[in-house]
Amino acid sequence: MRRLNQLCCALGLFALSAMAYAGPPVEGALEKQATNWHAIIMFCIFVALSMGITYWASSRTKSTSDFYTAGGGITGMQNGLAIAGDYMSAATLLGLTALVYGQGFDGYLYMLSFFAGWPIILFMMAERLRNLGRFTFADITSFRLDQGSVRTMAAISSLTVVCFYLIAQMVGAGQLIKLLFGLDYNIAIVGVGILMMVYVTFGGMVATTWVQIIKACMLLTGGTLAMLLAFSQFGFSFHTLMEKATAVHKLGIKLMTPGSLLADPVNAISLGLGLMFGTAGLPHILMRFFTVGDAKEARKSVLYASGIVAYFFNVIFLMGLCAILVVGTNPDFFEGGTIGGKLIGGGNMVAMHLAKAVGGDMLLGFMAAVAFATILAVVSGLALAGASAISHDLYARVIKKGKATEAAEIRVSRIATIGLGIVAILLGIAFEKQNVAFMVGLAFGVAAAGNFPVLIMSMYWKGLTTRGAIVGGYGGLLSSVAFVVLSKAVWVDVLGNKAAIFPYSQPALFAMPIAFLLIYIFSKSDSSARAKAEIEAFEDQYVRAQTGFGASTASSH
Amino acid sequence: MSSAMYERMRGNPKFQELVATRGRFAWTLSIIVLVLFYGFVMAVAFIPGTLGQPVSEGAMLTVGVAVELFLFIFFWALSALYVKRANGKFDALTAEVIKQAQKGGK
Repeated sequence: MRRLNQLCCALGLFALSAMAYAGPPVEGALEKQATNWHAIIMFCIFVALSMGITYWASSRTKSTSDFYTAGGGITGMQNGLAIAGDYMSAATLLGLTALVYGQGFDGYLYMLSFFAGWPIILFMMAERLRNLGRFTFADITSFRLDQGSVRTMAAISSLTVVCFYLIAQMVGAGQLIKLLFGLDYNIAIVGVGILMMVYVTFGGMVATTWVQIIKACMLLTGGTLAMLLAFSQFGFSFHTLMEKATAVHKLGIKLMTPGSLLADPVNAISLGLGLMFGTAGLPHILMRFFTVGDAKEARKSVLYASGIVAYFFNVIFLMGLCAILVVGTNPDFFEGGTIGGKLIGGGNMVAMHLAKAVGGDMLLGFMAAVAFATILAVVSGLALAGASAISHDLYARVIKKGKATEAAEIRVSRIATIGLGIVAILLGIAFEKQNVAFMVGLAFGVAAAGNFPVLIMSMYWKGLTTRGAIVGGYGGLLSSVAFVVLSKAVWVDVLGNKAAIFPYSQPALFAMPIAFLLIYIFSKSDSSARAKAEIEAFEDQYVRAQTGFGASTASSH
Repeated sequence: MSSAMYERMRGNPKFQELVATRGRFAWTLSIIVLVLFYGFVMAVAFIPGTLGQPVSEGAMLTVGVAVELFLFIFFWALSALYVKRANGKFDALTAEVIKQAQKGGK
């Protein structure tokens, strides 16, 4: 029955895509992309491959451990690729290439900020996460604290992050697919939502991981190829490239000098903190630490992931610089053929235009398929993290108090996935015309100030009590949301007010200390018997965190 | 049962040695990363002109870009160093602590 369903879904989607491609292009600017058969064929191959994997994975997804963490049987190398895949969304590829193209040095600095969190996660968190957690990071925060209230808080906070991130990804996906394939926005959103539901519902973590791995390999291949082809036009000489690029770029010789993006030190530090500790609080990233067998593999995962991310950021840097000449001086890529005017398809299309210029329709098609695969993989990871917060934390632990059967828990997580998919589709459609750039900022802000402080304190500070965790967790969550709402991106740009109340664009520098302070004050002043027991329980937790003794091990099958 | 195990491990001087040395190592590396990264962010904010200078006369590579490339490589090298030591020496020590605690229980 299940297999039949799967088959129907897959066929339905192909039919849906075929119908959509046959339809007329939506806007004039899209006509070029409407007949992009290379992209369509390559994308169909990807979907077919991922469906095959989902089919295979569904037969291996029986227990809750299989569903949430692939039974802990993913190797460090595979997990590293999957983490890198989770971390490098379509926005990374398209947005960062465009940022380097437009701002040069600032784009590179932004990428360094994205990268610098990984070593810290490795040194301070990786082994403790693996040794203490099982399915969700709430397993760790509620390890010695009150299950009901702490898990509820962690689940609310996780779902907030997942929802903001999902909206950003869905809206981006809709617009990108509209551009690349000439597909109607709403159809694109529904298509992404349905594919995501199929992967996660049937294949759980096994399918999600493999979709991530394939996508990461495609992204690395496509990016490297485009970079090499483009760089070869300058004889692989950075000197030649820069000489020519600074000659034509509007910033001139200032291209490689810090510009306006991070000129304000408060904003720059706040951004750095948000990206660094936000990464360490993203539920779909944290979940990946539980898919490996032990702390050894968890460390290796981070090493591989950060190596891949660092490599790819440098590829993007070169792609962006090459694009200044290859794309920026070619009238074919500008609306009306005016060099320096508006790029066809908008600023985010730099990477796609570069692929077309150096590799023709074939490479453009491949990169378009990569971008689509990237979106699918990232939303699947998010949906799984959100679903596990609902089924594992809220349903199995809070509502059923640990007495739910595995079958019931998996059923709830599947229903939750479908629910999240529907929510994502509806929100994606609702936010079509909005500028959703601030949504990613919100997701990282809430992750850094809501999730991260409680998580790190639960691992490092003996004195943490339930009361401190609850007040600090909600305090961080609310204050980071409040700061973003009061900042320019929402208060002025979305709500239409005259001046922003909160003068900075990044909340982390302010919301994180609030969270830590609340945790400290409300833990210290908690003199209840429960608090005493919780503090005493730290000793055993500490030994387990350090040695991994008692941690769940990989199930073998 | 496991509580007694944890008790024995805690009492083992090797456990204290493991926690102290690995903790010191992890903190040292973290502080190096944090100081270099936020130091660089501060340099971007306060001395952008210096970072825009070419590394040598006539070179197109600027000091800022060179430092960033160095940080990418250096941070990853520190990660590799940590994984090598943690997966080797520290994990061997951990295994020993667990083994001794298990023996002590019988």
